[in-house]
Amino acid sequence: MAGQLAAVIGTGQTDHTAKRLDVSMAGLCREAIDRALADANVDWPDIDAVVLGKAPDMFEGVMMPELFLADALGAVGKPLLRVHTAGSVGGSTGNVAASLVQSGVHRRVLAVAFEKQSESNAMWALSIPTPFTMPVHAGAGGYFAPHVRSYIRRSNAPEHIGAMVAAKDRRNGALNPHAHLKQPDITVESVRASKMLWDPIRYDETCPSSDGACAIVIADEKSAGANPAWITATALRTEPTTFAGRDQVNPRAGRDAAAALWRQAGIDDPLNQVDAAEIYVPFSWFEPMWLENLGFTAIGEGWKLTEAGETEIGGLLPVNPSGGVLSSNPIGASGLIRFAEAAMQVMGRAGAHQVSDARVALGHAYGGGSQYFAMWIVSANKPS
Amino acid sequence: MTTLSAPLNVEFDYTRSLGPVLGRFMTGLRDRRIEGIRGDDGRVHVPPVEYDPVTARKLTDWVEVASAGTVQTWAWVPEPDEGQPLTHPFAWALIKLDGADTAMLHAVDVPGPEHMSTGMRVRVRWAAEPVGSIHDIACFEPGEAVETEPTQGEPVTMVTTPVRLGYTHSASSEEARYLNGLLEGRLLGQRCPVCQKVYIPPRGACPTDGVPTVDEVELPDRGTVTTFCIVNVPFLGQRITPPYVAAYVLLDGADIAFQHLILGCDASEVRMGMRVKAAWRPREEWQRSLANIDHFEPSGEPDAPFETYSQHL
Ligand SMILES: [Zn+2]
Repeated sequence: MAGQLAAVIGTGQTDHTAKRLDVSMAGLCREAIDRALADANVDWPDIDAVVLGKAPDMFEGVMMPELFLADALGAVGKPLLRVHTAGSVGGSTGNVAASLVQSGVHRRVLAVAFEKQSESNAMWALSIPTPFTMPVHAGAGGYFAPHVRSYIRRSNAPEHIGAMVAAKDRRNGALNPHAHLKQPDITVESVRASKMLWDPIRYDETCPSSDGACAIVIADEKSAGANPAWITATALRTEPTTFAGRDQVNPRAGRDAAAALWRQAGIDDPLNQVDAAEIYVPFSWFEPMWLENLGFTAIGEGWKLTEAGETEIGGLLPVNPSGGVLSSNPIGASGLIRFAEAAMQVMGRAGAHQVSDARVALGHAYGGGSQYFAMWIVSANKPS
Repeated sequence: MTTLSAPLNVEFDYTRSLGPVLGRFMTGLRDRRIEGIRGDDGRVHVPPVEYDPVTARKLTDWVEVASAGTVQTWAWVPEPDEGQPLTHPFAWALIKLDGADTAMLHAVDVPGPEHMSTGMRVRVRWAAEPVGSIHDIACFEPGEAVETEPTQGEPVTMVTTPVRLGYTHSASSEEARYLNGLLEGRLLGQRCPVCQKVYIPPRGACPTDGVPTVDEVELPDRGTVTTFCIVNVPFLGQRITPPYVAAYVLLDGADIAFQHLILGCDASEVRMGMRVKAAWRPREEWQRSLANIDHFEPSGEPDAPFETYSQHL
C-alpha cells in the first residue's frame, strides 16, 4: 500500500428520496455531515481539510457549488477541494480524501458528495443539443441499453438475469433506512412484468432519481481509534468515451483499475477474499458486466454468480447489500455511498443489511459513458 | 477554410428549495421586512447565513434590521446588462443596513455617479408586487426608512432561478470538412496515420495515438447494425412515436460506429448484424448535418457474421 495508513472512522447519509423540498443544498449536505461527524465522534476543529464531490454543475445550475457551500461544509480557513468525474465523482472524492491522509499532509479529512436532482432535470442537462451534432432521440437509457444488449449476446446470459439483480437490490434496499426505494415484496416476475423502456432494459431495472448526500471522515493511523475501516487500496482510471475498437461492455479503464486495486490490496482471488461489494449498478445488467470487468469471474461468467444467488446477502459475494444505486441515486453522492457502505460493512455498522463476518469490502463507482472508474478496498484488518 | 459556428443557447428554470433560513428571509421580503441572523461572534449577517462562517454551527437567532442603511462602497454601471435590477444606468453598492454587521450587494437608483458617495444613506424601494424573492427589493434609493404597508401570505419555501447561457459553438476544421461533405451528400471520414483506423465523424486527433488524422476517406452510405435498443418510452422533444430503434451503425470501411435511427421495418425485426443503407432526405433539404440521412433501413443483404463487428461493441 502506498503512503501512510488511512482509515474511515465515520460515515453519514441522508434518507434519500425523490424531492427534499424542506432543505437547501447546504442543509442537505449538513444532514449527512452531522451524522458522519457524530459517527466518527469528532467535531469541526478536528477536521483539517474538506473534499466536495458533485456531478455536472448543470444538474443544479450552480457553478462551483463548493464556494457557496463553504460555510455549510465547515471549510472556512481550511483547504477545500472540489472533485468532478461525472457519476463516478463520489468514488473519486473518497479516493482524493484518502490520498490527503495517505500522503501525510492531513490527519483527518471530511469527504462530502451530494446531488439535489429535484432542482432540475438531469436528463435535460445531459442531452443539451450541440450544434452540428444530430440528436439521436434515444433518451436517458438509450446510451447504455445497446451495450447491455451486446453483453447479453456475448455472454449468452438468460433474459431473467437483469430482473434477478433488480429484485435482489430492491429487497436489500428495504433493509436500509437510508434507501429511496423500499420494495420488500418485489419479485423477479414483477420486474419482468414492468414496462420495457429501452429494450432490453425494463422500468424496474433502472435507478430512481434522488436527492441525497453522503459524508465520510478519513483519519490517519494515530486518529483512527478502534475498529475503523482501513483503506488498503484505491484506484482511479479513465478512458475516452469513444474510440475505434473500444470495448463498451468491458472497458479497459475498469479492468486496469481493478487489476491495480487487487495488486495494491494483496488480493489474488477476489471472489474468495472479498466479503461484500458495493458496485455502481444503475441498470440491473451492470451487475454481471462489472463482476466480469472487476475480475470476480471470468469473462462471460458474471451472470452465473447472479443466477446462483451468490450475490445476495448470505451468498459467496453479497453485491449491494445496501440496495445499491438501483434503490437510491443522488448521482453525485452515489459513488461515495458505495464507498461508505463498504466501510460500514467492515466496521459492522450496516444494521439490518449487515453481511455477517464482513472483513474486506469493495466500494466501486463509474461515470460518464463508462469512462471514469473509481474504487477502493476497505478492511477490518489493520495492514501490517 | 472559414470556421463553421452556430449559436448554442442553454436555458433552464431551476427550482430552489430554500430551507428554513433562506425561506424565512424570503418570506420576510415578501412581507416587506428584512431579517438577519446573529452569528456565534455576535455579528448580525444580512442576508442571513445558514451556518456560522467561523464555527460552522447551525444558526437560529433571528434579528430584524432596518430597511435603510449606509453605502460602504460602490461602482457605477453606465450600460446595464439584461437581467440587472434597473434598465438605466445605476450604481452597484455594498449597503450595511442599520442593525446589520455585514453589507449586502444591491442596486442604487440615482441620476448619475455624482449622486453617489461612500457613507451616503439609502433606503429600500420595495417592488410593487412582492413574491418572496430577492427582487422584492427593487433597488435602493437615497433617503431614510419610511413606513411601509406590510403584505402577508403563506410561508415562502421555493424560488425559481432561470439560468440562460449563450454560447457560440464552432466546429473543428476536421468536423467542418465532414459537415461540408454532408451538404453534398458525401460521408467523409479520416484515417489515423499510426493505427490506420477510420473515424467518422473525423477527430482533430486519434484518441488512441494522439496524432492528427489527415487522410480523408469517403465512406459508402451502407453498413451494419452492431447493437441497438428499442425505444419504448415517450419523452420531451421526441420526433418519432415509440417504439422505434436507436442503433449503432458501422459504415463499411469505418472503424467506429455512430448512433442513428433504424426505420423501414418493424422494431422487432432489427437484429445485431443486420445490413442497412441510408435513407436520405430530399436533396433540397440537405444541411451541414448527419440528419440529411433521415434514418437507415434494411438493405436486404444477408446479415454480417458476428466476427465482422464483434470488435466494435
Ligand atoms: Zn490511431
